Amino acid sequence: MTTTENINDGATATVDTDIVLDVQDLNVTFSSEDGPLRAVRGVSYRVRRGEALGIVGESGSGKSVTSMAIMGLLPKTAKVSGSARVLGQEVIGLNDAQISKVRGDKIAMIFQDPLTSLNPVYTIGYQIAEAVLTHRKVTKQQARARAVELLDKVGIPHPDRRVDQYPHELSGGMRQRVVIAIAMANDPDVIIADEPTTALDVTVQAQVLEALETARKETGAALVLITHDLGVVAGHVDRVAVMYAGRLVETGTVEDVFYRPRMPYALGLLGSLPRMDEARSEKLTPILGTPPSLLDLPAGCGFAPRCPMAQDVCFTTEPALEAAVDGDDPDPFRRHTAACHFGEQLVDARPEDLFQATAPAAETAAGPDGTGGAEAAGHGGERTDAAPPEVLLSAVDLVKNFPIRSKGILRRKIGEVQAVSGISLELREHETLALVGESGCGKSTTARLLLQLIRQTSGEVTYMGQPLHSLSDAQMRPLRRDLQLVFQDPFASLDPRMTVSDIVAEPMQIHGRGKGAKQRVKELLELVGLNPEHGSRYPHEFSGGQRQRIGIARALSLNPKVLILDEPVSALDVSIQAGVINLLEDLQDELGLSYLFVSHDLSVVRHIADRVAVMYLGKIVETGTTEELFSAPAHPYTQALISAIPLPDPVKERTRERIVVTGDVPSPADPPSGCRFRTRCPKFANDLSDEQRNLCVEEPPDLLDRGTGHRDACHYSQVVELI
Amino acid sequence: MSEMQSRVATADGPPDGPAKPVNKGGDLTQIQIIWRRFRRHRAAMISLVLLGLIVAFAFLGPLVWPWGYTVDSDIPSNAGPSLEHPFGTTKQGTDVFAQTMRGAQQSLKVALTVAIVSTVVGATWGAVAGYYRGRTDAIMMRIADIFLIIPLIVAVASINGAVRGGTTWYAVALIMCLFSWATVARVVRGVVLSLREQEFIEAARAAGARATRIIFRHLLPNAAGPIIVAATLLIAVAVLTEAGLSFIGFGIQPPDISLGKMVESARTAAFTRPWLFYPPGVLIVLICLTINFIGDGLRDALDPRQTMVRR
Repeated sequence: MTTTENINDGATATVDTDIVLDVQDLNVTFSSEDGPLRAVRGVSYRVRRGEALGIVGESGSGKSVTSMAIMGLLPKTAKVSGSARVLGQEVIGLNDAQISKVRGDKIAMIFQDPLTSLNPVYTIGYQIAEAVLTHRKVTKQQARARAVELLDKVGIPHPDRRVDQYPHELSGGMRQRVVIAIAMANDPDVIIADEPTTALDVTVQAQVLEALETARKETGAALVLITHDLGVVAGHVDRVAVMYAGRLVETGTVEDVFYRPRMPYALGLLGSLPRMDEARSEKLTPILGTPPSLLDLPAGCGFAPRCPMAQDVCFTTEPALEAAVDGDDPDPFRRHTAACHFGEQLVDARPEDLFQATAPAAETAAGPDGTGGAEAAGHGGERTDAAPPEVLLSAVDLVKNFPIRSKGILRRKIGEVQAVSGISLELREHETLALVGESGCGKSTTARLLLQLIRQTSGEVTYMGQPLHSLSDAQMRPLRRDLQLVFQDPFASLDPRMTVSDIVAEPMQIHGRGKGAKQRVKELLELVGLNPEHGSRYPHEFSGGQRQRIGIARALSLNPKVLILDEPVSALDVSIQAGVINLLEDLQDELGLSYLFVSHDLSVVRHIADRVAVMYLGKIVETGTTEELFSAPAHPYTQALISAIPLPDPVKERTRERIVVTGDVPSPADPPSGCRFRTRCPKFANDLSDEQRNLCVEEPPDLLDRGTGHRDACHYSQVVELI
Repeated sequence: MSEMQSRVATADGPPDGPAKPVNKGGDLTQIQIIWRRFRRHRAAMISLVLLGLIVAFAFLGPLVWPWGYTVDSDIPSNAGPSLEHPFGTTKQGTDVFAQTMRGAQQSLKVALTVAIVSTVVGATWGAVAGYYRGRTDAIMMRIADIFLIIPLIVAVASINGAVRGGTTWYAVALIMCLFSWATVARVVRGVVLSLREQEFIEAARAAGARATRIIFRHLLPNAAGPIIVAATLLIAVAVLTEAGLSFIGFGIQPPDISLGKMVESARTAAFTRPWLFYPPGVLIVLICLTINFIGDGLRDALDPRQTMVRR
């Protein structure tokens, strides 16, 4: 168990009593049908008391498995070797009874999904008290008092009342705070948080991260924050460890890793991240390829097949995690290490030096096929300087209410969810309009209303001057050729029983263009960057990014004019996401498409959109060009959203000005009167006088230009520069 | 060409796509792929061969076998197994081997008719109800419920009793269909209710697909697993029900014969003259077993996600 890699020599020399978690050479292997699956290979790290370590990596990199192994939560079929000591006590290999004494007491874990990590049949107070009672000899009253105290600490309002509520009565953000409270219950020495905010909206994420920070300060525990979000890491941890294919490939302080990466993968990740603090002009630089299969790992460096600077040695010898060129910090904890044979070549390198942006190929559309490309290119390319481009799709006062019905046979209507409440927007030719908002704000409903996949309660939708809202399904059918949809989940949106060719060809068959379909499918697959020979395969044989490309190919098969993209990249890993974003940008240039880009991610929006509309509770609160909106946000909600998006830049992230909102989005079944944002509005709460507030309560603000150059829906809008 | 290469290179997968293609041989047709997967299922393959032999025995056998299944004056009464009459003869003077062939043929005809008609009707009924939901669903499923609550045996018995001049195999089969499609409908409706919420159904709607296309191209293929399980169970149930009906005298009527009828008439002879009892009995069991295994294999072969090699 004293296996020491080079980095640890220094550490073992200076005996540090402050080490609360010491992981040495941890290996986890699962046995599978196809042979051993090596999920974690030789991971070593140490965390000192009160320190925060971030572990970043894409899905399948082994970051969660590592922590599950430490917690002893892996199934028995998993083979775990190596050592993990909590306060000097070895926890690997303990039996269930022994590890239960450590778990929840010295080391606590916070899981990703607050919906499933609380038991729905017990009150939250009971669940917190249970955690206390398991490890402490206290009375039930004391445990309950402790529960109230903890709820207060994590920022839950009215803890004495909330303590008797059940999980379903709390919102997602509240529930995650309860989970944090449970983790804090016994003043643990280590808190492992596994993607604690991934399931939450950005404004709530900011609150939960704050609660986590409080928890760390209160308990003095070390935090191991596992996440895929480089922005979250930049702002909330001291040190970072980057994982790839089951190994740590780079460690160091956040500044070292973000500003001076010495492993091409870390550099590539940073380059493939769309950034809110950078203008759109720059192309993203995706990392090509996909992570290796853990069943069949390459002999050398796991990243070599995707690495642009890989040499022969990279394919034969796996580089050890060694001190990087500038890794001369005498403190072994802060020393910058990287697993790369040629790390020194990365000094002063920028992502675009190494990784190439998607090759621009503007003339392809009019390529040999000539069928759709030329025709479509004609639309976008020609009139650039002339009058503003034609409005393709527009909505006026769109309203959609979903009835809430009582249970039982009668199913009386007992209320309405006001999903969309009077939205007007215009999508012009060859532009990208982004519809941004948190979950439940009605952005996806708006997208489906525009396509008439669901029917509006009132309002109008017109496409090229033709009203769609009055058309029957049969009349709508020919128009569907021009209006296509790309879905969020690349796994659910492709019929698993159909081959890729059949999936892509289906729209053509529906619209009676089955004749040249076979040839067209090949062209389309090529267009979206897939091998046209793979048409006979099934969707499950492709990776997430490839599947999303299949979905895009299907949407393009009828030469549509408008693509409605419903969160097209939010289910993808960062390095894969960049490739799809670049593809969408290229396709727009080549085919002259118009995009309605529905997203919750402002960084991606900043990168891809021409104009942005921000939605809150079924209404547009601010709209303008991307430039206007990001440089001069006027509505408090937009400002809060921009503030809440973590920047992948440690210095900027820690020093920027923030506008923080409190609470959760109110239920759309019973929205607040007047301005719908007033219940969470920092301006309403802090800056306004009582008379001014009356206006907010009584009068819903219109979407007007209030002297900022673009339209917002706030009575007291005021530009704040945030980036 | 150079453009194409740059395109392919930008893909987030290696240019040659997924790491482990299942389909190495390039463009195989769907049926070839399914057949290839089916062949890997050993129990299903053995069952398929066995069922093939049973079918040949039942349908081709009578063409070459010298004796008919009816009473013949040339056939000795109550003879034991011999080369001439491998399964012996009955008291009335019929060749049991010929009877077994005829019986298997009738039983198979009934079973396959029930399986095919009930599955097609039931799956379509259930898929339509599940797809449209709401009132359509409520009405269609209440109709199905009516057929579900009447016990099959009672229904067949009462209807058969009313048919004059004996009951033929297709009458028995159709009556059994009438009371068995509803179980399939129930199963399929449940599956479709969850399937229809999936995004690929919305994708098809967004592409302009009509309800018929969505039901038959997307919903039913994705419900293939449960449908096949239901169908194979139905075959087994149909063989057994037919045997049961014949056993209590409401099935296929003499002079025609079925496996169930044979078991019934030989039941007293099970210990004294086992050659009369066991051939039809074993055949019933074999038909049920083989069809279940074939159903298993088919279900796995039709699921493209299934890569595991079983048994």
